[in-house]
Amino acid sequence: MTEQNFTEDLIGRGNRDGAQLFRDWYKELSEVAERGDKAAYVFVMGSFNEIIKTFDMPVVFPEINSLQTAVRGVAKEYLGEAEDYGYSPDVCGYVKADVALQLRKGEHPMGRIPEPSMAVLTNACNTYLKWGEVWERMYDAPTFALDIPGSRSGLQAIGRKSVSFKNDRNYIEVQIEELITTCEEVSGKKFDIDKLREVLGYTNRMSTAWKRVIELNMASPSLFNALTDGTIYLGVANGFRGTEIGAEYFEALVEEMEYKAKNSIGTLTDEKYRLAFVGVPCYPIFRRFTELFTEWGGTFVNSTYLWFASGGANKGFQYDLENPIASLAEGTLYSVTDAMDSMFHQDRMLLDIIDDFGIDGIVYHPIKSCRTVSTGLADGRRSLSEQRDIPSLFIESDMMDSRVVSEAQLKNRADAFFEGLATRRQMAQS
Amino acid sequence: MSKAVLDKWKDSDLSDVLLMCRDLVEDPEFPTVKRWREEGGKVLGHFQVYFPEELAHAAGMLPLKMRGASVEPILADARFGSYLCSIIKTSLEVVLNKSVQLDMFVTNPICDAARNLGPIFERNFEFKSQILYLPQNPNSSGSATYLAGEYDRLKQEIEEVSGVKITDEALKNSIGVFNENRALLRELYDLKRDTPWLVSAEDAYSLVCVGSMIPREEHNELLRDVLPKLRAQTAKEQDRMRVVFEGGFCEQPPLDLIRVVGRSCYIVDDDFLIGLRWILEDIPEDGDLLMALADAYLEKSSYSPVQHDLRKPKEDMLLKRVKAARADAVVVSAAKMCEPGLEEQVAYTHALDGKSLPYFVTEFEENMNSFDNLELQLETFMENLLFA
Repeated sequence: MTEQNFTEDLIGRGNRDGAQLFRDWYKELSEVAERGDKAAYVFVMGSFNEIIKTFDMPVVFPEINSLQTAVRGVAKEYLGEAEDYGYSPDVCGYVKADVALQLRKGEHPMGRIPEPSMAVLTNACNTYLKWGEVWERMYDAPTFALDIPGSRSGLQAIGRKSVSFKNDRNYIEVQIEELITTCEEVSGKKFDIDKLREVLGYTNRMSTAWKRVIELNMASPSLFNALTDGTIYLGVANGFRGTEIGAEYFEALVEEMEYKAKNSIGTLTDEKYRLAFVGVPCYPIFRRFTELFTEWGGTFVNSTYLWFASGGANKGFQYDLENPIASLAEGTLYSVTDAMDSMFHQDRMLLDIIDDFGIDGIVYHPIKSCRTVSTGLADGRRSLSEQRDIPSLFIESDMMDSRVVSEAQLKNRADAFFEGLATRRQMAQS
Repeated sequence: MSKAVLDKWKDSDLSDVLLMCRDLVEDPEFPTVKRWREEGGKVLGHFQVYFPEELAHAAGMLPLKMRGASVEPILADARFGSYLCSIIKTSLEVVLNKSVQLDMFVTNPICDAARNLGPIFERNFEFKSQILYLPQNPNSSGSATYLAGEYDRLKQEIEEVSGVKITDEALKNSIGVFNENRALLRELYDLKRDTPWLVSAEDAYSLVCVGSMIPREEHNELLRDVLPKLRAQTAKEQDRMRVVFEGGFCEQPPLDLIRVVGRSCYIVDDDFLIGLRWILEDIPEDGDLLMALADAYLEKSSYSPVQHDLRKPKEDMLLKRVKAARADAVVVSAAKMCEPGLEEQVAYTHALDGKSLPYFVTEFEENMNSFDNLELQLETFMENLLFA
């Protein structure tokens, strides 16, 4: 392979392969549904994909199904159907799109989604619990609410050696044992602890690589856009967690990013402003939303979304394969708590990355659908601005509902933000 | 230790006592809390729905249920985005505007908005602020042990703030005080259910609510005095529909709304301030007291849209409540922008349809001040049922 061919193959490989993996995943789910088989439903924050994969059960991420309806421009129909069924316009769009999907017997723009054989809910988002109740009413399938206590105050305020940490970890460990029993009943298979070790090993490799990918974006110019490219990576990080394919994908992604860093190949040809994104993407106008920033030479070098929507995998926690269940409990507590912190204490976590990532400005994007992420953003922004002189933009819309997405208003606000950034830079230089 | 914070009421007529309670409920300045502090007392504010108030009480603190207030969130608005319920904003507002001064604040993850309150209070105030993680998997065999451990952690935090060591003796006494309180509230609800013409909906509500902001010994004294007087009234039963009001588990409807509903029908059961009535039986006053508190939360408790318990599907629980109250219909309500409440409305209405039970769907906000349309719609609904 020539150097040119090597470069052409490598650059953008993560996006190409990620998209292909996604298509393969949905094709497989469609086949599962066509056979009349079922799949385990899980969520991105605390998916316990490691346990599900140990039992070889196909896995469905309803959040990803829902956001895909928005990206593919059909969310409005799904939301309308759920509202006709009785759901308020003020309820989470992800939930409503899924309700409609279930009413449509799994019909989805990327294929057909199987019915749930079981569901694993966590409390990382309270709506997960309410969402699970929807399935409880629709299907005769067990739901397992795996409770993960988060930080009581501050960031990870509970030290690993504290009594509280041990109390939390023990609680999670008991629940994991109970989840395993549920999986045995649903799958008809006996639990194989060596299989769990193997699966955890893949997650260890993936987490190490995911942490590295994010760190590599400290490079200037930045190597990937955390909002667009990052969402593709997140899809793989969730759907293929605990699999060999997932581990290999992320190790290949590290290779791509290291090459780009070494050769100063940026995601933009002319990067002017390095931004952090806080919140959930605006999926109804996903590409256009990003262009509002890239047109000005702005790129998102990091985002809280990369942290919490990977369930805290960005922390790179390494499971102890000698003690797989206890270590899974500890790793879950550590990672999912971090995911929750990156929503509720986002101000403190942003302070930690501003210098390392050379961030020029922060874009806050609270949305109607997600109170978990959005409720504290205005106050977090206020608090951060008191501690650090950094420009920020606060724009509201939604991740699903195009009725509350005004592209013109968003553009006006983004334009004014960049004009301010330019003025600030000029003043600093003069 | 208990300081009296109510105005002199013992020699007053029943109507004056009830008026005092209504006034206190609607007063956004929380005068009873101010009096408590003027006497040197410390205050632990806890957000809806349930909090083990016995722990604060045993440390000599006043547990104050943060239930919002009928105020404009002028200062708080800048700290929140759109699409949020009112109680989140006004609970912060009353502390920012110093109507209420706290020594500690505890929220719990009842919903996605409420769990954010812990960090928000932490960023805005010097006093200790945190989240109490009540178990969201009460079906796990590990939940009681976990919760007892969590209560132990909370107990230590409260001791630090209050400067008072919580002894077993003090906690036992507090559990006794709260057991009596819950028993008296059950009596009040028996009265509402069996003879709703003897207590108006807004008076019953006020009598419960006032307990959330005064020492519980004083509340017990008040209820012990008022309940016999209510029973002794000679009012006659009217030809009204008996309804259950569902949707008041967190943000509270304004008293005027309760009055409007109560004018059209008898509210014979409800979930107003359900956290104060969460525990359904006496908690043992001996043995491992923290485990007893934990066990009561998990095993002897009511239901709400914000607790996930496979043993308590909410729509089944509502149907049980309707049956136990011998209700003819249900007001299925939710606070505006309250996601759990709005989601539960769907399950409730589908279940009521399945049983052919009539219901009236509405939304409310604690700051609403126009009730004409609601009253008209509700009266039409009731007339349709009465003359069907």
